[in-house]
Amino acid sequence: MGFLTGFYALFFYVAVLIFLVGVGHKIYEYARTPAPLKVPTMPAPLTTTGVAWRLTTEVVFFKSLFRANKWIWILGWVFHFCLLLVLLRHLRYFIDPVWLWVDLLQPFGKYAAFGMVAGLAGLLLRRIVVERIRYISNPSDYIMLILLLIIGMSGSMMTFVKHTDIVQLKAAFLGFLSLNWQYNLPADPILFVHLTAVFALMIVFPFSKLLHAPGIFFSPSRNQVDNAREKRHLAPWAAKLEN
Amino acid sequence: MAAKATFDVPQMQEYPIIPMLKPNAMKTAGPFIAKPEHQAPLGFPCELVENWEQKAVEKLGELLEKYRSLRVYLDACVRCGACTDKCHYLLGSADPKNMPVARQDLLRQIYRRYYTVPGKIFGALGWEWGKKLIGAKDMSKEVLDDWYNYFHQCSQCRRCSVFCPYGIDTADISMAAREIMDSIGQGQKYCNEIIGKVFKIGNNLGLPGPALQDTLEGLEEDVEFNTGVKVRFPLDVEGADILLVTPSADFFAEPHVDGLVGYAKVFHQAGVSWTMSSYASEAGNFGMFIGSYENMRKISLRIRKAALDLKVKRIVFGECGHAWRVAYSFMNTLAGPFDFLDPKYPVPQHICEFTNELIKAGKLNFDKSKNDHLKITFHDSCNVARATRMGDVEGGQFTIPREVIKAVCNHYYDMPAETIHDKTFCCGGGGGLLTDDLMDVRIKGALPRMQAWKQVVEEQGVTHLAAICAICKSQFTKVLPYYGFKLDQVVSVHQLVSNAIILDGQTEE
Ligand code: HEM
Ligand code: HEM
Ligand code: SF4
Ligand code: SF4
Repeated sequence: MGFLTGFYALFFYVAVLIFLVGVGHKIYEYARTPAPLKVPTMPAPLTTTGVAWRLTTEVVFFKSLFRANKWIWILGWVFHFCLLLVLLRHLRYFIDPVWLWVDLLQPFGKYAAFGMVAGLAGLLLRRIVVERIRYISNPSDYIMLILLLIIGMSGSMMTFVKHTDIVQLKAAFLGFLSLNWQYNLPADPILFVHLTAVFALMIVFPFSKLLHAPGIFFSPSRNQVDNAREKRHLAPWAAKLEN
Repeated sequence: MAAKATFDVPQMQEYPIIPMLKPNAMKTAGPFIAKPEHQAPLGFPCELVENWEQKAVEKLGELLEKYRSLRVYLDACVRCGACTDKCHYLLGSADPKNMPVARQDLLRQIYRRYYTVPGKIFGALGWEWGKKLIGAKDMSKEVLDDWYNYFHQCSQCRRCSVFCPYGIDTADISMAAREIMDSIGQGQKYCNEIIGKVFKIGNNLGLPGPALQDTLEGLEEDVEFNTGVKVRFPLDVEGADILLVTPSADFFAEPHVDGLVGYAKVFHQAGVSWTMSSYASEAGNFGMFIGSYENMRKISLRIRKAALDLKVKRIVFGECGHAWRVAYSFMNTLAGPFDFLDPKYPVPQHICEFTNELIKAGKLNFDKSKNDHLKITFHDSCNVARATRMGDVEGGQFTIPREVIKAVCNHYYDMPAETIHDKTFCCGGGGGLLTDDLMDVRIKGALPRMQAWKQVVEEQGVTHLAAICAICKSQFTKVLPYYGFKLDQVVSVHQLVSNAIILDGQTEE
């Protein structure tokens, strides 16, 4: 194992660990903290099935965002949908043999790169140009978009301009996953840029606004059933007030 | 109208526009600060405590443990900007800190500094650039001043929450911030003084039992004079079937009181026995405005006690917005279970639900022509629309009041679709802002609603705006003149019912 491969193997482990433990801990915190009052944004569904559907429309179609602002919606939705395709396509580096549906997705995942980059570029442009959004942006908001743009553009470079040795890469990553370090990563600077940015993203994920991904499922204004008159909704700390 | 000149009233436009930002346009010292005698009865420190910076941060930590909403909302915002043009105070004042996300960020910057890993690291190392990078700030007087000012420019109307992709509710954030400020000794006079009055006397206006009795007798005489029918306004009648809890403004403010007359006529005509309570003579629950679970609970328990003492079978709430939120969404949790009441009826019921059921059952007769001089539109009160329901289907809070109005009026028109139902604009005076020391904020916040109203006035010839919230009614009667309308152009929904209802044995006027 070469030095660079060793370094990236370590980087990979650290990033995966921070990502999994960090996000896992956040989810645990969200789940553990009580929601002591019924606060769904009304009108809200009257049944659990209704709530599941409400959340689905939010996660899959960004429904509230659609009602709010068509520009942010189209840019954001294209970015996220393409991101999903890209990530699914990436599964092929980590599983062997590759599942059929991942295989079938390959051509879509490949061109999704353009949608992802275009969406991100549009969001970045809005952030710079629209006065209100510029006002609310922190440096980290720009950096997040730039980081994702670097990932998207370096990935596209490998896909469309200067191919990397995928077979070697896959061997190396499957090796990392089974704690076997005999295969080297292809010595490709673009790949190292790609991986550096990806691992950085994984490390900041649990400490940043990227928590919106798990957060949306825990948002009381979206995930509660409208049944306050029928059922009491007493949190443990509130129950203590009753004695 | 000499006072008019002192406020800068925003221009109504042909079409709603998003203003260019004017930083610090609304930077003031905020509303009057609560005095020791307003703080003490609520269990809050009387003045800013010694190490308040630290105490504020600790209180935030305590709230993070108690409320999942706060935790998720403070983490999840991606600063997408979808909410930035949704707040009536932003639209009316152009102050960027009135953008919902910017308002949240006032609290979020402290959360990021003290309760996230990067914030703690940058803080410990004293790296200013790092704090800036992630939008974190140390707790300081400057931050507290911004909190006090801008968290009292939020009417907790939840409009931003409707449009946020994660449902982040700035109302919840405002409540948390106000609770933190109360806990370190910087409360708002208006809210805390009123809560004190409820504890001491039973209602927000400090109207004691005997005065209430007098007022109600006066109303009985008026109604008998006008209709020839003896309609009762009972107080503290043990064994009545229904306890009516209504905002105390209904006892004498215009047009609220005309609504109260409407409820009484409906009860009379339905032939039910009902009563009000001098102990729980207030529907409004200002405990919510200050985010205090304990105070909200104590006020709700008064209603429970009144229901038990008077041995009623049902509880019905009068026309009020935030009150209906606490009643509908929280009361069962705060002061339940209400298993001693008649299980056939939801607890509590809204007067509009009650009246609508009677209308549907054909039990009420109306002479709709009595309202023919009015062309009505309906203002969905923010908290009724976005925080409660009526009836047993989703969205009943939109249909039921409109059905009631249409049953008693011939001329009804909706305001533009972008400004009604769950997209409704707040009146500008909710959430503990209905005080003269916030007049400038209230006038500016009313702009989007006034604009939408102006449109139906011009296009459909609408003459009156019907409301089902005591705060909306008070706010409109106060701010309408600034926008060139007359203050009596606001009516209660049950005032319209009162106009049209035909009482048995009624003498023609
Ligand atoms: C459950 C999964 C997810 C949902 C429902 C979701 C939803 C959203 C929504 C509604 C927005 C606001 C609109 C926009 O600006 O695009 C947003 C923004 C964003 N999301 Fe996600 N997201 C998810 C997962 C992710 C993941 C896994 C990533 C990153 C790798 C991500 C990165 C971002 C970024 C960077 C923004 C901010 C865009 C900007 O700066 O304008 N999201 N997300
Ligand atoms: C350890 C994780 C990852 C590895 C090993 C990896 C590796 C690669 C490789 C080798 C390619 C070139 C594919 C080809 O030549 O056909 C690529 C493309 C790409 N990657 Fe990654 N990547 C990783 C994670 C990510 C993540 C998390 C994202 C998105 C946030 C991403 C976004 C892209 C994009 C947009 C492309 C171009 C389109 C495509 O071929 O799918 N990658 N990646
Ligand atoms: S809409 Fe929600 S996520 Fe977007 S900026 Fe506003 S609060 Fe943040
Ligand atoms: S709750 Fe209403 S007043 Fe408060 S920030 Fe949101 S839109 Fe504005």
